[in-house]
Amino acid sequence: MDLEYFFQLFLGGLTRGSIYALIALGYTMVYGIIQLINFAHGEIYMIGAFTGLIVSSVLTMVGMPIPAVVILAAMAAIIYSCSYGYTMEKIAYKPLRKAPRLSALISAIGMSLFLQNYVLLAQTSDFLPFPSLIPDFDFWEPYAHIITSPELVIIMTTVVVMILLTFLIKFTKIGKAMRATSQDKMMAALLGINVDKVISVTFIVGSATAAIGGILIASHIGQINFYMGFIAGIKAFVAAVLGGIGSIPGAVLGALVLGWTESFFAGYISSDYEDVFAFLFLVLILIFRPSGILGRSETQKV
Amino acid sequence: MTAKNELTKSLMASIWFMFLTFPIMVIRVNTVTDTIEWRWQNMFAVGFGAFFLSMLWRYLIRKKEMSGKKDSQSRKSPIYQVIRDQKFALPGLAAIAVFTILFPHIFSMYQTNIMISALIYVMLGLGLNIVIGLAGLLDLGYVAFFAVGAYSYALLNLHYGITFWIALPLGGLLGAVAGIILGYPVLRLRGDYLAIVTLGFGEIIRLVMENWNEFSFGPSGIANIPKPGFFGMELSLHATTIYIFYTIVALVIFTIFVINRLENSRIGRAWIALKDDEIACQAMGIDKARTKLRAFALGATWAGMGGVVFAAKTTFINPASFTIWESVIILCTVVLGGMGSIPGVICGAMLLILLPEYLRDFGEFRMITFGSVLVLMMVFRPGGMIENVRKTYQFKK
Amino acid sequence: MKPILEVKNMTMDFGGLRAIDSLDITINQGEIIALIGPNGAGKTTFFNCITGIYTPTSGDIHISPPHGEPQRINGLKPNVITKKGLARTFQNIRLFTSMTVLENVMIGCHAVTKAGVLGAIFRGPATKAEESRIVEKSYSILEKMGLARYVNDLAVNLPYGAQRRLEIARAMATDPFLLLLDEPAAGMNPQETRALDELILRLRDREGVAILLIEHDMKLVMSLSEKIYVVDYGKKIGEGTPEEIRNNPAVIKAYLGEEIDA
Repeated sequence: MDLEYFFQLFLGGLTRGSIYALIALGYTMVYGIIQLINFAHGEIYMIGAFTGLIVSSVLTMVGMPIPAVVILAAMAAIIYSCSYGYTMEKIAYKPLRKAPRLSALISAIGMSLFLQNYVLLAQTSDFLPFPSLIPDFDFWEPYAHIITSPELVIIMTTVVVMILLTFLIKFTKIGKAMRATSQDKMMAALLGINVDKVISVTFIVGSATAAIGGILIASHIGQINFYMGFIAGIKAFVAAVLGGIGSIPGAVLGALVLGWTESFFAGYISSDYEDVFAFLFLVLILIFRPSGILGRSETQKV
Repeated sequence: MTAKNELTKSLMASIWFMFLTFPIMVIRVNTVTDTIEWRWQNMFAVGFGAFFLSMLWRYLIRKKEMSGKKDSQSRKSPIYQVIRDQKFALPGLAAIAVFTILFPHIFSMYQTNIMISALIYVMLGLGLNIVIGLAGLLDLGYVAFFAVGAYSYALLNLHYGITFWIALPLGGLLGAVAGIILGYPVLRLRGDYLAIVTLGFGEIIRLVMENWNEFSFGPSGIANIPKPGFFGMELSLHATTIYIFYTIVALVIFTIFVINRLENSRIGRAWIALKDDEIACQAMGIDKARTKLRAFALGATWAGMGGVVFAAKTTFINPASFTIWESVIILCTVVLGGMGSIPGVICGAMLLILLPEYLRDFGEFRMITFGSVLVLMMVFRPGGMIENVRKTYQFKK
Repeated sequence: MKPILEVKNMTMDFGGLRAIDSLDITINQGEIIALIGPNGAGKTTFFNCITGIYTPTSGDIHISPPHGEPQRINGLKPNVITKKGLARTFQNIRLFTSMTVLENVMIGCHAVTKAGVLGAIFRGPATKAEESRIVEKSYSILEKMGLARYVNDLAVNLPYGAQRRLEIARAMATDPFLLLLDEPAAGMNPQETRALDELILRLRDREGVAILLIEHDMKLVMSLSEKIYVVDYGKKIGEGTPEEIRNNPAVIKAYLGEEIDA
């Protein structure tokens, strides 16, 4: 067996998995707090990528230096994704908090359809080329045949985001409030936690990580369109469920497992049925282990 | 004071949405010519629209909160009272019947064709309504059964020369079988997981159709599917359209009849009980798995038959007709019309399919409207346009 | 007397938590048995194990229906167990909220009827006859339960005590030989509780069902039951007649003396 090829597939899977992880975090955090599959989460990631592209193009044409463009575009993408995530929650989910879960899910599907077609109508249905925001670093040259510097940046960014997020949830006041709210919303409210605010913050944080994922993958693949959020969203959802939905380390683990499986499957077997594979994976996990790798199984109270 | 308050709120919403839509709505970058198009008029439109819509939104939310406090059971849908009143029901039905019979003769072939599409959606909506409205199972892969029906007719005809009238029940049967096969593994799943898994199944079927060239001819699809013949006679294009029209009308009537019978039977009661409370339902000796599978199978039957009619009508099918969004549109017709409500679903499907066809300029806004419809219906009127008022069994001694 | 339910050495673990610890319980035909114990003692879990909602970790549950084969019912699905003749009510009332009182009881007849899809569509004479049988039977059960005047009302609109009785009516429609009642008197006022006392006795005497009840109302328990089992932390800490239980030191300790002299 060719070890270098294996290694390439391994790192390819790691990159893929890192991006799935960034998107999966949003799913899992939202699910953890309000038990809603935020179907439109993939669209937030798509909007992040579009905002990044628009802002960076405008700034480049104005003649701004590249590093400044990258930083400003990334910031704009994050800010806008967060704003969309926040607004989406206020419009489509908050009024349904007491409604049956299926109502909220249908509303989420509607939101997803709306946002896709909003971008389609306001922008374009074509694929747009996305500039490579991450340059090939010179010092990395000797290792670039194993892993390119953009891939390296993706993996590193993911690691940094994970560390920040863990810190946020474990040690900050809002993180504690989030954990309390996910355990018992009513009790948290009785203890003086502003549940509305916690939910908003969850959407904002989840959207921010999705936006980071959006720019990274767009700059890695080099093109975007209005439909990119759907399939990425589904895959991230698979990752979140695989790891155990509601669990943050689970989302990362699930994403990496999915990334590797896809990468090896495509590399050694066939890339024809790649997307079928993700769906099949999803169906199998939900049927055989719906609580995921790290999730707790919930027993229904009688 | 409150008026000023309202204005401030609306103004804030207006500014917020102008900010929110700024990059996507205002700027358009042409990456080929490296030019930027600034569409400031959109910004004003958004600002203006958001100002008034946010007022309307707050008004509606308040209204909903007020009415939510009232006893929800005491609200009776006026439409149902009319439908169930013999005085109105019979003349109404007669008028609809006359209109339907005359329809293809009064209107052009183009109109008749659109009506056929709408009626196919009525059938699909009614079928999905069994699964969602009666049994409470959110199926996002419903279009897969539609595909099963369409491909059954296309492939059976291509290889074995099976005709429309044999394919029709066969399509229904294969739809039901597919419903059981796909339903079986997901029986244990809870509501939202069920939705995602059925979505996954739907996409798997479409992707397989797209990639398995030897079987389904891949993305290029199957062309020259024959339209139904009339006792072996070839009909003119015009006559066939009328023929298909009456066929689908008959099928829709058949669907309504069967669903109505099912709803008011031992099986229908079990579905409603299952939707109300699964655990209590099992404690009453109802087999959860079997009841759910029945709902899946009986729902899928109509999609299968609808698929056969669809293939015969368009004479060409390919996987692009069976995407997840098609399932979402069918879901939309059910949600808009009213889950569980037969007249509701019929009106919902008619409205959603016919309106975009007749409002020409509206065509491109079709999907975005569907998205909004789903959200707005869930927020403001989860029961749909014609809220289902279940006909309960009235005991008379 | 012939035992109709024998639970031997049953244990139920949830992860590391042992909710039921090697419990033995026997019920004979025509008996009224009570299962008492402090909150969280594992009483409802015990019901859930017997009725198939949970599968016990170990132990045996045997039934000997009056008109059927003796058999082991561990791990059977809840609906199968109901069909075998064990019916239950729920501590937190679980009526079918969108249905009328009569329809709730009609659902209870589901297990003992059989009209299928084709029957529903064609509505032939057999199906029609079965439907009217279901209605007749349901109505007569409602009459026995004193619920006949609510027949066409929505179940959710009933007063609380009537909802509890409706749960019993619904369970009776499945033709059980053993009725498991989970806190039937909870939330009832004294008059309602007295009426319930009579109702339970009537069910046993006229319908011939054995009854196993979980109850906190000691007055009801002491007046009704032939035998009482006391559980605490999943373990059986006492069994016997009401008189024996009243004087059992372990039981008194578990209850800290409260209520026991009621």
